[in-house]
Amino acid sequence: MTAFFWLFAVLAVAAAMLAITRRNGVAAALWVALVFVCIAAQFVLMRAYFLAAVEVLVYAGAIMVLFLFVIMLLNLDEKEAARLEGPRLHAAGVVLAALFLTGLVFTVREAGLFEVPIGSQGSMLPAGETGNVARDLFLEFLLPFEIASFLLLAAIVGAVLITKRRLT
Amino acid sequence: MTVGHVVVLAGTLFTIGMLGVLSRRNILIVLLSLELMLNSAALAFCAFGDMAGNLDGQIMVFFVIVVAAAEVAIGLAIVIALFRLRVTVDTDRVDLLKQ
Amino acid sequence: MIWDVLGKLLHAFLVVGLVLPLMAALMVWAERRVSAFMQDRLGPNRVGPAGLLQPIADVLKFIFKEDVIPGHVNRVMYVLAPLMVFVPALIVFSVVPYARGMAIAPLNIGILLVFAVSSLGVYGITIGGWASNSKYSLYGGVRASAQMISYELALSLSVIPIFLVTGSMNLESVVAWQAQNVWLLLPLFPAFIIFLVSSYAETNRLPFDCPEAETELVAGYHTEYSSMKFAIFFMAEYINMITFSALVVTLFFGGYTLPFLELPAGLWGTVLSGCIFAAKVSFFLFLFLWVRWTLPRFRYDQLMDLGWKVMLPACLVLIVCTAGVRAFIWPG
Repeated sequence: MTAFFWLFAVLAVAAAMLAITRRNGVAAALWVALVFVCIAAQFVLMRAYFLAAVEVLVYAGAIMVLFLFVIMLLNLDEKEAARLEGPRLHAAGVVLAALFLTGLVFTVREAGLFEVPIGSQGSMLPAGETGNVARDLFLEFLLPFEIASFLLLAAIVGAVLITKRRLT
Repeated sequence: MTVGHVVVLAGTLFTIGMLGVLSRRNILIVLLSLELMLNSAALAFCAFGDMAGNLDGQIMVFFVIVVAAAEVAIGLAIVIALFRLRVTVDTDRVDLLKQ
Repeated sequence: MIWDVLGKLLHAFLVVGLVLPLMAALMVWAERRVSAFMQDRLGPNRVGPAGLLQPIADVLKFIFKEDVIPGHVNRVMYVLAPLMVFVPALIVFSVVPYARGMAIAPLNIGILLVFAVSSLGVYGITIGGWASNSKYSLYGGVRASAQMISYELALSLSVIPIFLVTGSMNLESVVAWQAQNVWLLLPLFPAFIIFLVSSYAETNRLPFDCPEAETELVAGYHTEYSSMKFAIFFMAEYINMITFSALVVTLFFGGYTLPFLELPAGLWGTVLSGCIFAAKVSFFLFLFLWVRWTLPRFRYDQLMDLGWKVMLPACLVLIVCTAGVRAFIWPG
């Protein structure tokens, strides 16, 4: 378990670093897809199998393909695609990142989260795991679920409207 | 493997995503970095849900994925519209209001 | 423990590494023979009895061809792309119960894994088309990604009525339900049609082979590929066909069972169930060939219209109807 956690953690961080430093949009998108697969693996380690499947299905399978599709469609040249922000923002970013990470590790240690192993609440998910998620989703969280569906509908309509060449 | 480890991993990914947003001008890569940040939040939710011993964390992740899907659809639509209008994906060249 | 793991690995290797590629090779032979007979020719009949050894000759030829990597391609992705198609194609088969009690990974979320992994297959095709850095390939890749995303929707939605009826996502229990009650083909005939048509689009087979339409795009995404890299693309297509046929059989045609037939216990029952499964899968593989050599290709916009304006709404209507029946008329 722990070995797999470290394997996928290191892989995820490395892939994420590579993703944000690539000049080439397609390469960046592929590295991000690898990050998503690693995160799905982390979900599996936390025994959230349904989430792992959905993560790969939606993120790696649909969202990233959409990205690839757009990147290929725009077909940018390398110089245009690889422009960076100025050094001031870079420096600000690195400082912010260092501060944030230090603060996070400190807080997590103070809160004692390093002493809570994954799965400490025992086997909370019996055999019909997906069924349990569905039960919670449709009984307890029905209203948020409906709102989410409206959000998706709005997104569909919006995307079609924005990309239409001309409104008639 | 503890909850703390997963949360720190999520934080690291979030930071990398933030760095991407801050340092890149290509709006597509900025969007990708945003996705990274959303995902790391999802990872933290799942870890905390595990600690709480119920499925609420997992359901939050589910909603995060839904919102991310909507966000990407709109975001990419805007990128395409932008590219049609200005033939660029550089965030700094979207400055019509400034001129 | 260690023997358990080793046994599973061996099982996986035998099925995925040996049987599937062999079946794919056999399919290549079948494709050529069947197409020949449909066109009143003989087809390959020289190498071995009835030309059965032709695939081996083909593979040898592929291996000995020069492995050209054109100078204008993006090398890393160009080399990776065939593998990115091939590996998901192999993984998907692992959840299919191909005989009684025999599946490499009998998962609870079986069918979700199928969709999750098979949706990764589109990367290889898209990347292959893009990395080739040629216009025909790029068109093929872009078409493939759009087509596969669109039809994946219909494909996954058409399976939801099955969950509603059987109450499980585990393929083994879907088969068990069908053995007890009735083949899902009968109550869910529209879902079967949608699933079948979408699987043709997902595997890029005629009448939906726009990504490699040879009359417009030379060979689409694999125009620039040669030798073993081309062979791997080719194999992946046939393995996908086998997997989708196996899925159709498992989901709608009772898997490895037959109605009114009590499978004997023990080894014989398992072997018999495997043979039943193979026979059913062969029929659907034949159907793939039959359709290919009978129907013309859809135009690209027609294909998209069919996916978004016909199949998707039909799926949604079907889901609502099934849920209604399940809730009011025939609660489980």
